[in-house]
Amino acid sequence: MRKPRRVTTIVCCVAVGALLSGCVASKKTKSDPTKNVGAKQVSLTINANDVVGGKNAAEANWINNYVIPGFVKAQQAKGVTATVKFNGAGVDDEQFKTKLELGLKTGNSADVFSGDGIWLGELASAGYVKPLDEVVGKSAASWDGWSQISKSVQQNMSYKGKVYGIPNGTDGRVIYFNKKLFAQAGLPADWQPKSWDDILAAGTALKKVAGVNPIQINAGTPMGEATTAQGFLPLLAGTGKPLFDEASSKWQGASANVTSVLDFYKKIYGGGLGDPNLQQDKAGRDESFADFSKGKIGILVEGDYFWRSIICPDKTVCNTTAMASRNADVGYAKIPAEKPGMGINGQDFVSVSGGGGWLLNPASKFPQQAWELMTFMMSADAQTNLAKAEIRISPRADVNATTLAGDPLMSYISKTILPITSYRPSDQNYNTVSVAIQEATAAVVSGKSASSAASTFQSILQKAVGDAHVETG
Amino acid sequence: MTAAVRTVPGRTIVGRVLGRIGLYTGICLLTVFFALPLLWLALTPFSDNPSYRATLSGFSLENFRKLFNNPQTWPSLRNSIYLAGGSAILVIVLAALASYALSRVRVPGRDQLLYALLLLSSIVTGTAAMVPIYLMLYQLNLLDRQFGVVLVLTGGLLPAAVFMLKDFVDSIPRSYEESARVFGAKPGQILRHIVLPLIRPGMATVGVWALVQVWGNFLVPYVLLSNPDKQPAAVVMYTFYDAGGQPNFALISTFALVYSVPVVVLYLFVNRRYGFAFQGGIKG
Amino acid sequence: MTLTSKPADAEPTAVGGPGATDVERAQKRGPGRDPDVVGLGRGRASLFVAPALVLVGVFLVFPALWTLYLGLLDYSLTGASAQSPTFIGAQNYTDALSDPAFTKALYLTLLYVGFSAVIGQNILGFLLAWYFRTAPRAVRTTLNVLVLLAWILPGSVVAFLWQALLDRRDGILNTVLQTTGVAWTNDHPMAVIVIFNIWRGAAFSMLLYAAALNTVPTSHLEVARMAGARPWQQLRDVVLPTVRRHVLTNTLLITLWTFNDFTPFLLTGGGPNHESETLPVYIYSTAILHGDLGYGSAISLLLLLANLVIAVFYIRLLRGGDDGSLKAQQRAERKARRAERAVAT
Repeated sequence: MRKPRRVTTIVCCVAVGALLSGCVASKKTKSDPTKNVGAKQVSLTINANDVVGGKNAAEANWINNYVIPGFVKAQQAKGVTATVKFNGAGVDDEQFKTKLELGLKTGNSADVFSGDGIWLGELASAGYVKPLDEVVGKSAASWDGWSQISKSVQQNMSYKGKVYGIPNGTDGRVIYFNKKLFAQAGLPADWQPKSWDDILAAGTALKKVAGVNPIQINAGTPMGEATTAQGFLPLLAGTGKPLFDEASSKWQGASANVTSVLDFYKKIYGGGLGDPNLQQDKAGRDESFADFSKGKIGILVEGDYFWRSIICPDKTVCNTTAMASRNADVGYAKIPAEKPGMGINGQDFVSVSGGGGWLLNPASKFPQQAWELMTFMMSADAQTNLAKAEIRISPRADVNATTLAGDPLMSYISKTILPITSYRPSDQNYNTVSVAIQEATAAVVSGKSASSAASTFQSILQKAVGDAHVETG
Repeated sequence: MTAAVRTVPGRTIVGRVLGRIGLYTGICLLTVFFALPLLWLALTPFSDNPSYRATLSGFSLENFRKLFNNPQTWPSLRNSIYLAGGSAILVIVLAALASYALSRVRVPGRDQLLYALLLLSSIVTGTAAMVPIYLMLYQLNLLDRQFGVVLVLTGGLLPAAVFMLKDFVDSIPRSYEESARVFGAKPGQILRHIVLPLIRPGMATVGVWALVQVWGNFLVPYVLLSNPDKQPAAVVMYTFYDAGGQPNFALISTFALVYSVPVVVLYLFVNRRYGFAFQGGIKG
Repeated sequence: MTLTSKPADAEPTAVGGPGATDVERAQKRGPGRDPDVVGLGRGRASLFVAPALVLVGVFLVFPALWTLYLGLLDYSLTGASAQSPTFIGAQNYTDALSDPAFTKALYLTLLYVGFSAVIGQNILGFLLAWYFRTAPRAVRTTLNVLVLLAWILPGSVVAFLWQALLDRRDGILNTVLQTTGVAWTNDHPMAVIVIFNIWRGAAFSMLLYAAALNTVPTSHLEVARMAGARPWQQLRDVVLPTVRRHVLTNTLLITLWTFNDFTPFLLTGGGPNHESETLPVYIYSTAILHGDLGYGSAISLLLLLANLVIAVFYIRLLRGGDDGSLKAQQRAERKARRAERAVAT
């Protein structure tokens, strides 16, 4: 009785093991740009992290009411019957990404889908997405829209020198400040700091106004990516050296630059110029938004999202954080380098931008038609239509010229910030490094010294990406 | 023990009153403990200025109007009822059959097997397990089908359900079945007329538990269903945020209220029919 | 209030009807007795178990084993390792065990499980179920609905509820206690998540115990009550021995679930400075956030093993190695009789 059972167990284990190892390795498929090129019946699916009645509803409505009918009609004119389905999601980005990757792994994903620029490294090195010229061939380069999209914005959808998709938007970070509080502290309404010291000086002046939290620069782990993109990286850009050096494929460790950024955090949160609790609370970012809208924060670094979706005057859009007198009371300024001329490329002022784009499923049954759909979505007409529902910075210069004219900050970002901005690295380890950055700022906020936080940061990095990819300082 | 029993006659009215007061103070404190966090849910849906603070600045039913105008509200609740109801029924039926057989027929190592399955069920709840499950359903052609979601959820809930229900079957004295058999009842009749009524409170508990587990599950339906029209309410609740992650409190609070009503009503119904009656216990 | 010993003799009849001496007979026959009283037979019994077993086999066991297999790989959903995962043996395990953050997370998890589930939910759930037997209907329904709401609301909403409760500035708790500016989640993170989880999960224990109390033979209680036993004596001598198995089951289940519970993250985010980083939160921040699923699977197995150890401990403690209900029933009857005798003398 004993023996046969053991044999059965072993056989089962081997069988299951063999089955599993077969399923884990992903299949490699070669994409064929000419697949189904002349098909008369075409069915395509669009996937994006937006949903009617929820997150990014404006874009979801645009896809349903403008893109799909418009594209179907255009195909009809060519004698092609197209059916386009929109599978929106509208959840947390992390979860959207997980499901997207599962879909791409099985080849089951939508033909056209949206993705954040910082995911590109991971998706490309996993083989989930392929460069446009591989998926659709020559037609990728010949699209007339490229001329309207600046090289730096195109960079956001590129990885290792290859273009993977069309960017669908971008943004920029600036310093917001409350002009009323500035007046009380004796600071000018057209304030433009020229160095980090200028920011600290303004903070010291604001500290004298009762009940005011002078400076909010995102730090800590609960803020997540907002700590990295809205706080640490713009500051690091102001020290003149990028976080990741593409050529040598190395991340900065405990360099002088990283240490001086952490030291700047130390001066703010250790010196009573900022509120450490806001960086530790789970909902700290929401609280900081609420505080700013109530005139309790003097200086705050954020993207244009803050301006259009948090403190906009319209209460139906911005709810409790709406500021009726935003245009009069809120000022904005460029983020200065540590000292003039010390920024990246020798700049005096710096910024960091993000944004995503539309990508193609390499396993699409209709690659050419999917590409046509994508270019239709990114045409000047379609983008103008989208901007009408929700103001945002289009990657297309021709669209921005007409749609952003009515909003002072949006055109300021488009004209003044985008030329000096930098993008986050799209390397596959970016996510890991970003979390390490959040930990390092959290350590400083809770009282550790800048140098010890920097050395912890370096050792985490070495463990995560390997010694060869860390430039030790 | 004798001493304890002997004190009974010595129990004075004062002691009884003090005991009552203690009991009611405890119950009041407990009620406050459970009610206080729920204050936000009681106030925010009716607030004209919903935020993450629990204040009622002005009464308004505007949030409900917004919710009912939202195209996702009713379909998602219907999907939730389908997924949760389907899984709960499947779990109750399969677990009742299995636990009865496991309780009454000697199978070597059944307790160990049951516990091993229970342990494995804790693995398949995490994100790591979503990869195998997704790939498997892809091969089985069950992706984007609500039936597939029901099967996956039922599989995950069954071990714990059998585990719980087996206790209830175990606590039925076997003499009941024996005597029925003596009077010539067939196995089917015994199960229907004797066993089933006796384990009904257990089945009701397991049913409510299974329903609640599925009702609040986000990850499994979200990952396995791609068509947004098939998503249940728990997933839809996660979409009431803006692009930057700011929650839409008007929709979230109101939907949370609407979303919990069916479960509470169902529970009260089940409770009244099979629940804490306590008058019966085992009836002879 | 004096009783003769008559009810004691008649008592098993009240419980078991014609099969009154079942217990005694079982004792005489010893453990070899076939419990299949209905005459189901092995064939039909297998038919009863089969559907559940097939479903569990396909949709639970297979993916679970697969997940465990991933724990031996350098497996990730994205990045280069997604394309060609390599077999790295036990490296994920040695990595985890040599990480001081893992050990700390394990310790915090044990605290969390011990205080919030084993002690908190278990006892509160039982007391609620016990109290509801005799409670006025209005009180019962109100408290019932409140406890239940805490359990069924989705995690995202619960996070808002507790944020509103514990908020540093205008939080409900600070208002009620007249304390100003206390940042509860930053100052007492572990206490907050323990109390939170008692609030969140007491409903399940309450439900299970309420149903379990239903199976306590009323006659036993009546006898004890007539014998003048106070409620807590009835509880100790009659009720607890009968629901012993349910206590074991409940404790096993809530331990397992609390071990895998991710909701503390919604309140504290594991912070400040990892002070409330339980293992599921640790898995999330080290493995899931980076897509390192191999590592995540490996830690799931470690979690499972920790549960196994705890379960063995529980079973030793509560069951004492017996075969469950028969003995429990005997014990209950013995105790009831002893109580009567005590009164009778």
